[in-house]
Amino acid sequence: MSRTTVELTDTQAPLVDRNSPLLQVRNLDVSFTTATGVVNAVRGADLTIYPGQAVAIVGESGSGKSTLAHSIINLLPGTGRVTAGSILFDGRELVGADKKTFVGLRGKEIGLVPQDPMTNLNPVWKIGYQVKEALKANGIASGRAAMTRVAELLAEAGLPDAARRANQYPHEFSGGMRQRALIAIGLAARPKLLIADEPTSALDVTVQRKILDHLEGLTDQLGTAVLFITHDLGLAAERAEHLVVMYRGQVVESGPARKILADPQHPYTKRLVASAPSLASRRIQSAKERGERATELLAITHGDGVSPARQELIRVEHLTKVFELRGGGAGATKEFKAVDDVSFTVRRGTTMALVGESGSGKSTVANIMLNLLQPTEGKIYFEGTDLHSLDRKGEFSFRRRVQPIFQNPYGSLDPMYSIFRTLEEPLRIHHVGDKKAREKRVRELLDMVALPASTMRRFPNELSGGQRQRIAVARALALEPDVIVCDEAVSALDVLVQAQILTLLNDLQAELGLTYLFITHDLAVVRQIADEVSVMQSGRIVEAATTDEVFDNPREEYTRELLNAIPGAHLDVFGAPPAA
Amino acid sequence: MPEPLVRQDQAHFFASLDEDVLAAVDAVDETEAPASMWQDAWRNLRARPLFWVSAAIILLVVVVAIFPKLFTSVDPNYCELQNSLKRPASGHPFGFDFQGCDIYARTIYGARASVAVGVLTTILVTILGAVIGAIAGFYAGWFDALLSRVTDIFFAIPFVLAAVLVMAMFRAHRNIFTVVLVLGIFGWPQIARITRGAVMSVKNADFITAAKALGASRPAALVRHVMPNSLAPIIVTATVSLGTFIVAEATLSFLGLGLPPSVVSWGADVAKAQQQLRSYPGILFYPAGALALTVLGFIMMGDAVRDALDPKARKR
Amino acid sequence: MARYLGRRLLQAIPVFFGATLLIYFMVFSLPGDPVLALGGDKGVSDALAAQLRSKYNLDKPFLVQYVLYLKGIFTGNFGVTFSGRPVGELLAHAYPITFKLAIMALVFEGVFGIGAGLLAGLRKGKLFDSTLLVVSLVVIAVPTFVIGFVLQFFVGVKWHLLPVSVGSDVSFRTLLMPAIVLGAVSFAYVLRLTRTSVFENLTADFVRTATAKGLSRPRVVMVHVLRNSLIPVVTFLGSDLGSLMGGAIVTEGIFNISGVGGTLYQAIRQGSAPTIVSFTTILVIVFIAANLIVDLLYAALDPRIRYA
Repeated sequence: MSRTTVELTDTQAPLVDRNSPLLQVRNLDVSFTTATGVVNAVRGADLTIYPGQAVAIVGESGSGKSTLAHSIINLLPGTGRVTAGSILFDGRELVGADKKTFVGLRGKEIGLVPQDPMTNLNPVWKIGYQVKEALKANGIASGRAAMTRVAELLAEAGLPDAARRANQYPHEFSGGMRQRALIAIGLAARPKLLIADEPTSALDVTVQRKILDHLEGLTDQLGTAVLFITHDLGLAAERAEHLVVMYRGQVVESGPARKILADPQHPYTKRLVASAPSLASRRIQSAKERGERATELLAITHGDGVSPARQELIRVEHLTKVFELRGGGAGATKEFKAVDDVSFTVRRGTTMALVGESGSGKSTVANIMLNLLQPTEGKIYFEGTDLHSLDRKGEFSFRRRVQPIFQNPYGSLDPMYSIFRTLEEPLRIHHVGDKKAREKRVRELLDMVALPASTMRRFPNELSGGQRQRIAVARALALEPDVIVCDEAVSALDVLVQAQILTLLNDLQAELGLTYLFITHDLAVVRQIADEVSVMQSGRIVEAATTDEVFDNPREEYTRELLNAIPGAHLDVFGAPPAA
Repeated sequence: MPEPLVRQDQAHFFASLDEDVLAAVDAVDETEAPASMWQDAWRNLRARPLFWVSAAIILLVVVVAIFPKLFTSVDPNYCELQNSLKRPASGHPFGFDFQGCDIYARTIYGARASVAVGVLTTILVTILGAVIGAIAGFYAGWFDALLSRVTDIFFAIPFVLAAVLVMAMFRAHRNIFTVVLVLGIFGWPQIARITRGAVMSVKNADFITAAKALGASRPAALVRHVMPNSLAPIIVTATVSLGTFIVAEATLSFLGLGLPPSVVSWGADVAKAQQQLRSYPGILFYPAGALALTVLGFIMMGDAVRDALDPKARKR
Repeated sequence: MARYLGRRLLQAIPVFFGATLLIYFMVFSLPGDPVLALGGDKGVSDALAAQLRSKYNLDKPFLVQYVLYLKGIFTGNFGVTFSGRPVGELLAHAYPITFKLAIMALVFEGVFGIGAGLLAGLRKGKLFDSTLLVVSLVVIAVPTFVIGFVLQFFVGVKWHLLPVSVGSDVSFRTLLMPAIVLGAVSFAYVLRLTRTSVFENLTADFVRTATAKGLSRPRVVMVHVLRNSLIPVVTFLGSDLGSLMGGAIVTEGIFNISGVGGTLYQAIRQGSAPTIVSFTTILVIVFIAANLIVDLLYAALDPRIRYA
């Protein structure tokens, strides 16, 4: 892997004692006051960072990892307060420090690269102005000199044509470019520590890798210490030498990255290491093959479950979808080819993964498959029948056989419907059984997705993301379909929950003989669930093969790039560290 | 690359092996009673003092409007000039106006017109606006374009002016229903616009797509999924509008273009009191106070309901 | 940018024709025959009535009347009232007064509404905020004419701080109290809108990023919170100018101001169609113009709009 090298305009690395800690957090407690009482978001956390060192805090959402990081620069949201412990930065105690101390510290000594590039730049100010602010506030430069420096900083962050770009507004930037601007802002005043809060999780994987490589090169040269905050163990281990694993507000394990991956001690870390998709190297086995209960989590074992001679269920031929975009002059439309001559087949009982980055057209294919969108050209055959030839009645009965699961578990369930009504709705629409039979079926479905029957009286807002996604699975199963189209079905979930849902999907496939069309941007997940993979780029399928082939012998450059972008793909956990 | 140096305070550390953390991964909390969004909103609402204050005001006003005889036995239209501008006396706690009518009785009986106009107009406007707005927002296309232009036109004519103009048309037959009709004609675009916005923000949700993929028809998706999820802003706007319609009726009556003189109306009484403001401010104070209190009740209720239905106020 | 403004102008055209047509329709279906009313108890001879009808185009079909009327408007000919006064003269007298009044009201509600709203939004949930919220609710709940009487009674009659009524003396001093009364309800709305908007922006990600850059709190509030919060407020203020001018009927009545509201009110009571139509048409034009100015301001405040 090549490191980005950038010509830096001020290369004098600060003279620091590399052997005394830059940041020392000891026994930190942070709590929030809510309507229902006090919530301890962080309990007794310890964290040490040495100058120039890269440290990562790993945890799922709600683990307190962001809260811990934000408490360092006193940016806790709402009612958050540090209630105990100490934060020593460069020899100064920050707990209880006054506002002026923090204003002086922020930007100048501790920079921040926030998570979501789409919301972290003010839409009404030019990019250059927003970078310049950081220079002015920290007394680095002002006036004309500042604008020159802004261009240098943006160029340094890897933004092409920086001087011109500085005069543009955030909405004229892509997500990756915005993130580069945010990195320029974070490093503008040459801080000693940079807090990078999930700096790339909102970006496409290939962009993600480029930006992280660049950031790493830059901070290495500047001698900036970096505190990564991430949910991705693979990413953390690849980018940081020291890991801190947090779970429910507590540090459950910390130590050298490789040591934690190779020899996790705490049960939570063990489980995290086992579940991390970027570290998995094999397809999940079904419960039957494992001889375990369906509700238990996956184990990494060797074996190959798919027999090749399965019959073809779906055949897609020369599918093309053109959208008319409004734009140009009055009434003028622009054509946009979202899907361009796509063909593939899916065999019964197998999983076909459609992989691509945003804008690749994969979700459009999913919507056409669900018969929610009409293709411009091409045909889809389902058990040999052309979908286009279906009449109203035929379409209605087709609906029973192909069901969707969507990405966002918070948007896919009607918040007004109880779980019972949600699961009963498909049965009612298709007039399945009487009231009693339907209730029995709802119980069965809940059992299938390993939720207690009492869940049916609840409402979506009372369930967690993972539980909602299981309800979505149950709803999809209600009509006993043949095919389930999973549109990024696990992308929004925490790692452990993601593993849980993937295992569930896999078990259900083995039990019920389901066929999956799995739409995802995440190649790591593909390896765990798919039998065959089609890689899409700008509307076309660029590579199609079995999962093992794609992973072991990728033929296309783009596929290799995607594979390379999987965080932690280069880590050989159990062997020697790779050559740098 | 040499094995990096591991400092003493960064040595491998792990918390005590506490097995129950694992058991808890994503289990359903079965302790709390299940709560729908409406139940949630209700729990939230009843914790708000603003709600109870406004509910008490509304309840009082509605009871007064329906059963004025419970509060006074004096006829509001029985006036004797010899009582003109008399100060409060026993049985007549607010005194008498210029014509010698009992101010307390007129204040009590005035509630009926205000509440009737407010409630009827709100019902009319909500039904009209919600149906038109929902169809425009859900089906989009030409109907939506037409609706947008029509609401633009209605917004271009000031509400008070339009109401005054049309009420002048009804000069000969002014009654509660014509007032309701006129306020309704110019009041529906606002609710239609709110409904349209709410429907458009819901109609692309994944659960609507899921319903369609299950085989639900478009009208069924609109009625069963989209509308229930768009109700919150409609309810809030309707509650606040109720207050503003009462103000509008009072303003029209104040200008002499609202309800006929035979109907007791706070607005008309305030207009009449204008001349005697310097000699006896009470004539103006009581009907105006009653009017303000009533409107305040509905507007505060709208505020409380808005906060309770705010998705950000809900758990998770 | 040009395309954006062009589109807004195009959208204004149907609004203009729709609104004027609607007003024209309402006015000319007013009950009673204005021509016959002119003669009072004596009545008007048939010949004279016919002559008057043809003079005001009342003998032609409704749509023809409307088109002829619009032609008049665009050539600056607003017609004459039935009593013979040119409507243009009335307009020239009334509009400047009401415009002054409405602008003063707008400045009042803008300055105080935004100021109070900003302070409340920054202190959401505190006593100051709750007090302002209750005040705003009360202001919205009390009808304008009540606020007018109460202010007039105390400030004018009892304490002699400001003139009780305007009459022929139209000046900043005499218009101050009417402007506050006229803008009172909108002031409450501006306050609430600013407060909500400020509070939402305070918790926005980009505000946290700005703080993390090392900006001081006042700078964060002025540069990143206030400017973004003004976008919805400006929209409201712009569309409010038309409502203020049209809604001045009540205020002008209370303070004896011979502006648009007073003239219109008299015209409506007398069924003087040419006056009503001319005055309301100008009101619609003011409304549309104010909204176009808002569109410009909007584009200045929010760069995303310029490229839409």
